[in-house]
Amino acid sequence: MSQPYGFDAPPAPDAREPERRHAIPHPPQHSTNLGRRQFLFAGAVAGIGSAAAAALHDGALGGPAQTFRGAVPWVEGTADVPPGASGSGYAYFTPAEVAFIEAAVERLIPSDPIGPGAVAAGVPFFLDRQLAGKFGRGDHFYLVGPWAKGTPEQGYQSRFNPAQLYRAGMAAIDHYVGAHFTGATFSTLAAADQDNLLKGLESGTIELDGGVDSKTFFAMLLQNTKEGYFSDPIYGGNKDMAAWTMIGFPGAHYDYKEWVPRHGERVPFPPVGLKGRPGWTKSQS
Amino acid sequence: MTTTLKPVDAVLVGFGWTGAIMGQQLCDAGLEVIALERGPWRDTSTDFATGFAQDELRYMWRHHLFQNVAYDTLTVRNNINQEALPMRRLGAFLLGTGVGSGGVHWNGQIWRFLPSDFLTKSHNQRRYGKKSVSDYDLTVQDWGVTYEELEPHYDRFDKLCGTSGRAGNLNGKIQPGGNPFEGARSSEYPTPPMIQTYAPTLFGNAAAEFGRHPFPHPTGNLSEPYVNPLGAQLGACTYCGFCEKFGCGNYSKASPQTTVLPYLMAKSNFMLKTECEVLRVELSPDRKRATGVTYVNSAGEEFFQPAEMVILSAYVLQNVRLMLLSGIGQPYDPKTGVGVVGKNYAYQTMSSVNVFFDDKILNPFIGAGALATVIDDFNGDNFDHSGLGFIGGAYIAGMVTGGRPIEMIYTPQGTPDWGLEWKHAAAKNYLKSFSISVHGSCMSHRGNYLDLDPTYRDIHGRPMLRMTFDFTANEHKMSDYATDRAAEVARAMNPREIKLNRRTGSFSVTPYQTTHNTGGAMMGESPRDSVVNKFLQSWDVPNVFSMGSGAFPQNAGYNPTGTVAALTYHAAQEITTRYLKNPGPLVQS
Repeated sequence: MSQPYGFDAPPAPDAREPERRHAIPHPPQHSTNLGRRQFLFAGAVAGIGSAAAAALHDGALGGPAQTFRGAVPWVEGTADVPPGASGSGYAYFTPAEVAFIEAAVERLIPSDPIGPGAVAAGVPFFLDRQLAGKFGRGDHFYLVGPWAKGTPEQGYQSRFNPAQLYRAGMAAIDHYVGAHFTGATFSTLAAADQDNLLKGLESGTIELDGGVDSKTFFAMLLQNTKEGYFSDPIYGGNKDMAAWTMIGFPGAHYDYKEWVPRHGERVPFPPVGLKGRPGWTKSQS
Repeated sequence: MTTTLKPVDAVLVGFGWTGAIMGQQLCDAGLEVIALERGPWRDTSTDFATGFAQDELRYMWRHHLFQNVAYDTLTVRNNINQEALPMRRLGAFLLGTGVGSGGVHWNGQIWRFLPSDFLTKSHNQRRYGKKSVSDYDLTVQDWGVTYEELEPHYDRFDKLCGTSGRAGNLNGKIQPGGNPFEGARSSEYPTPPMIQTYAPTLFGNAAAEFGRHPFPHPTGNLSEPYVNPLGAQLGACTYCGFCEKFGCGNYSKASPQTTVLPYLMAKSNFMLKTECEVLRVELSPDRKRATGVTYVNSAGEEFFQPAEMVILSAYVLQNVRLMLLSGIGQPYDPKTGVGVVGKNYAYQTMSSVNVFFDDKILNPFIGAGALATVIDDFNGDNFDHSGLGFIGGAYIAGMVTGGRPIEMIYTPQGTPDWGLEWKHAAAKNYLKSFSISVHGSCMSHRGNYLDLDPTYRDIHGRPMLRMTFDFTANEHKMSDYATDRAAEVARAMNPREIKLNRRTGSFSVTPYQTTHNTGGAMMGESPRDSVVNKFLQSWDVPNVFSMGSGAFPQNAGYNPTGTVAALTYHAAQEITTRYLKNPGPLVQS
């Protein structure tokens, strides 16, 4: 048996226990003067290696059982870089769902001169990629029965994973709208009616069909919308880091030591994301 | 089929802070030690390097480093008249997994409990009368260990971590600038306190003017480089504001990875196996001795690991569950009050006060996990409780752990959670607001306990743990009182406005509160009222030791890790100096 880490072989009785190595292709190695952040992202951006790495790191079962002895292990090419969002267009939402989601998130975070709205920030694209991926599948949700409604204190008790909850919730809302505003869908309502409807979902006074708890759906939609608005741009939202600029958050800035004693001064750094910021990449391309 | 492996001297079940410390102590004593961790290997350069560590979505909201509840969760209810249901998403507490576990994604807030905290029953009865601890069906107890006994071990943990702080009580002499209420320390903190940013400074100034006693929060986010006694070197914190829920990419936060593992992993008598979950502790036919543990790896293969000694070093919830699954000790019955395993589960009682300025830029993103100025005037029994109708207390901290915008935007009272009004409030207040944390104790109660769920099972077919818990009138009164004291300081800072976030209603699994679960495997003076003795040794199966906050008979108003570590060192010392020479009960029952 190979010894991937160069450690002592396990004692003989352990021989039955599989000892595997990370079967991860190395990310492409560039010889250009890429910055550190870009280098770390090379694998993710190219879509190579990131999926395999995630499965090994993400608290999920299924990683290989391993035995370590004699040293702190280190294996090249296994850094747990974030997955990011890639491509363009919608992968999960149907056209009808796109109409709903673009209308709804723009009411949750409307555009005005103070800062971007959710649509301009890319929140619908962010939500699409989240729901098309592991989050949508409920990879960190316990979704096994039996199910009961539970008390409010017992939290999420839906049998839907997030992708299913969105699908059922969006359909149920348009169904509700169609029944109360003849021929309309949520996206064709006036803004004031949209707001009233969202408030009804938020408070639970509007009851939805299709097994959707309106408060549960609204809470997830609002939370995910804020995530798309304020998370790192690699996930497809927070376009141009404009939401960070609006509030004054410098982003994934690493070292504030010199600013610690400078009480009350505005930190002048423009925001930076995990991939850097546009000014960096332009100057190096 | 179960494969039997070569016997070892000691098996560690779980490999976070307590497993790492105990592993190091036992290996140094020459024992052959194996650690079984159900999660993956984790290390700084691979798992949370600086280039991608500061990712709020992935680590906080997608739970990247936390226990995945898809495979194993617990059921929760507020009282025995309810049906417990699974916690289907993490929320109130963020359980760790993997090597280092919660020690990877903690804030680094390092506290010692007060001397009187270890005497919760006798001290309060003496000062406030017998009824003070029997009101509200409280089941508080003394710990069976004293602050003085633990002090050398608190000191060891400070030196392991390089804790940054300023002593308030050095060998009985009160020191300026420290916490005057703390128990006597045998030495100064290994490194000086962190430099305070604007908000904690304003808080401290206001608190001092109000007659309180502010001091810098003791922290495992290091103020300067430090080499610990095991030769591990930590760097100075850069105040990036990504500590709790995140791994530190800068080797600045004390964790098993930064303080113990470089030393321990190199020992030839230590072995770590990851993705290996212990199913149960195996007992001899007379149930007085553990023979080892049965575990299953991620390929589904089952093994029996014989061991002379079994150390339960998983999180409190898993340690208690393993005892219940293995038949170690008598389970607690809340109806009769008989039994001890699962009894006295407690938590932490959290509230806060948000402070909003018009004219002060606070830059909340300049933060660290324990960057705070604190007053301890209303914690434990540091103040006269006469007539107040509760016991316990809280520290009150002007704290800036970071300004991560999905989680930490504060908006004034009455602001809606969405829409233009919310957006404008976020844009206006983000740089000019912060939160005062009120970190309260949680007494134990007859109706709060842990047992095995009758319905829900994990992927191995084992019953899940069932948590029955709610805050009692004692906790609500304490929290309201301490929150009012925090609000006094907040107003004294002359802000535009403040917002009180009181601890109201029943315990809910949804909003994050704190990962400070305690009790269920409590320590004490006799097997009638405790699961383990003062050396964390099972009364019933003396070669089983149960680490962690499960040993707390009730929870004090401080973060638990310092006390968890001190109890581990205290147990390790007794095991290596007395138990190994003569294995058997270390305290006669």
